[in-house]
Amino acid sequence: MLPEPELDDLYRDIILDHYRQPRNRGKLPKADLSGEGYNPLCGDEVTLQLIVDNGKVRQVMFEGRGCSISQASTSMMTEIIKGKTIAEVREMIELFKAMMTKDQPAAPELGDLEALEGVRKFPVRVKCATLAWNVLQDILKEVKSKK
Amino acid sequence: MINAQKLRQDFPILSRQIHGQPLVYLDNAATTQKPRAVIEALKRYYETTNANIHRGVHTLSEEATDQYEDVRAKVAQFINAPEHDPSQILFTRNATEAINLVARAWGGENLKPGDEILLTVMEHHSNLIPWYLIAKEKGARTVFVDIDEQGFLRMEEFKKKLTSRTKIVAVTHASNVLGTINPVAEIGKLAHDAGTLFLVDGAQSVPHLPMDVQKIGADFLAFSAHKMLGPTGVGVLYGRKELLEAMPPFLGGGEMISKVTLGEAAWNEVPWKYEAGTPNIADVIAFGAALDYLQEIGMETVQKHEQELVSYALRVLSALEEIVLYGPAKPEQRTGVVSFNVGTIHPHDISQILDSRGIAIRAGHHCAQPLMRRLNVVATARASFYLYNTPQEIDLLVEALKEARKFFGHVARTRT
Repeated sequence: MLPEPELDDLYRDIILDHYRQPRNRGKLPKADLSGEGYNPLCGDEVTLQLIVDNGKVRQVMFEGRGCSISQASTSMMTEIIKGKTIAEVREMIELFKAMMTKDQPAAPELGDLEALEGVRKFPVRVKCATLAWNVLQDILKEVKSKK
Repeated sequence: MINAQKLRQDFPILSRQIHGQPLVYLDNAATTQKPRAVIEALKRYYETTNANIHRGVHTLSEEATDQYEDVRAKVAQFINAPEHDPSQILFTRNATEAINLVARAWGGENLKPGDEILLTVMEHHSNLIPWYLIAKEKGARTVFVDIDEQGFLRMEEFKKKLTSRTKIVAVTHASNVLGTINPVAEIGKLAHDAGTLFLVDGAQSVPHLPMDVQKIGADFLAFSAHKMLGPTGVGVLYGRKELLEAMPPFLGGGEMISKVTLGEAAWNEVPWKYEAGTPNIADVIAFGAALDYLQEIGMETVQKHEQELVSYALRVLSALEEIVLYGPAKPEQRTGVVSFNVGTIHPHDISQILDSRGIAIRAGHHCAQPLMRRLNVVATARASFYLYNTPQEIDLLVEALKEARKFFGHVARTRT
């Protein structure tokens, strides 16, 4: 019977919830920052748009097609970065990537994203979980150069 | 008739458990499992015959050379090469390298600016990228034939796009996604009537049906040993002898020369002209055991068994809710490959659920991104069968797909 213990580590309720009802999904009429990412392994696509106001993420939206892990990770990411400063967002990216790729336990700052920790047990899926985060990291590079 | 249950005992890996359940291996279009005879041939070679070939004047080297060259002869017979002449059979690393060899060696010498390479939208990347590379270098163009809604090539369009500019037609015999068997004999005739060469990507056909290169009029045929019970690391290129003799070498090094002086060299005869350096001797020899195994059963029998499986699979899968099946509706028009999507569940998620039940399928774009775009999907799930698969395994696939729908369909679920 599903879910097996192992599968259950991957498909936590909160992940399935974000997958079925993604937050901040859609398109902004105008954005300060935007970028897209593509995972050639499985064809996952993510487009991110950000509005930055006074050094803070005021609005964020995403579009994309992909598996439950990539879509849920993106949805949860948009929720957690909204209202944070660019510096805080960068810190968040570091913490998230450390959890996914360096075997570090979930930092408390990551909140619900802790649910994605189990993805680590499924190495091929790590790229699904980090896709949107890489896009975010990329587009934030522009912020530095603008200053 | 294949007795798959009995035959499975020849494949040690098929008795493995995955996550506590018997392995159901349905990823044969990616690679097939190996019978004991192949594994033992590999072991026997290393334990009794290992030596470098063609050069040593000692017993082991002579034995190894004989065994290696015997497989070349077996391949020539297996695909009914003209006069079963083994010199038309080249060993490469895989089918991809075989196609690269033609693109580089033949294309490098013969393609001119404005020349066209005629391909189709259903090609695997291995029959696209080598052509993109050489076309760019030579100023040639790649031209593509579309498919219809059933997944068949649009032959009227093919005829229109086959012109005096076309220098080579490179088409897959069977799609690794749709399973479609292309009318290669017809394409071969059209190509030759138009005075162009014809390369067949046989990676998904040679393992699954009787192959006769003369009947289909292939000037080149590429395929891989590991997709037909053989080891990884061995590909085959068949080429018509006069073409192979006229083409320049692909890679340079030992074995492929007849005479070398400072600054100059003369090439060895075919096929050795194309086999630079020490080849994959052990795996080629073990591939011979795979060919024996298939020939013992008979390729017509293999094809019939797969058609029965695919016919059953199409029937039971199409009864599932929300399933979309790709490719021709009639089993006799396809190989044992079934691609599908279930509702909005991403194929990766399907594959993950299936894996938890010991079922191995493939999920993704199958190295056919242009075809994915043509089908307007990011990916598909794919089950692919071989001679050891059974209808019971297809039943297990269907049950697991029902579970996957439940799993991703329900909104609330409590964590246990």
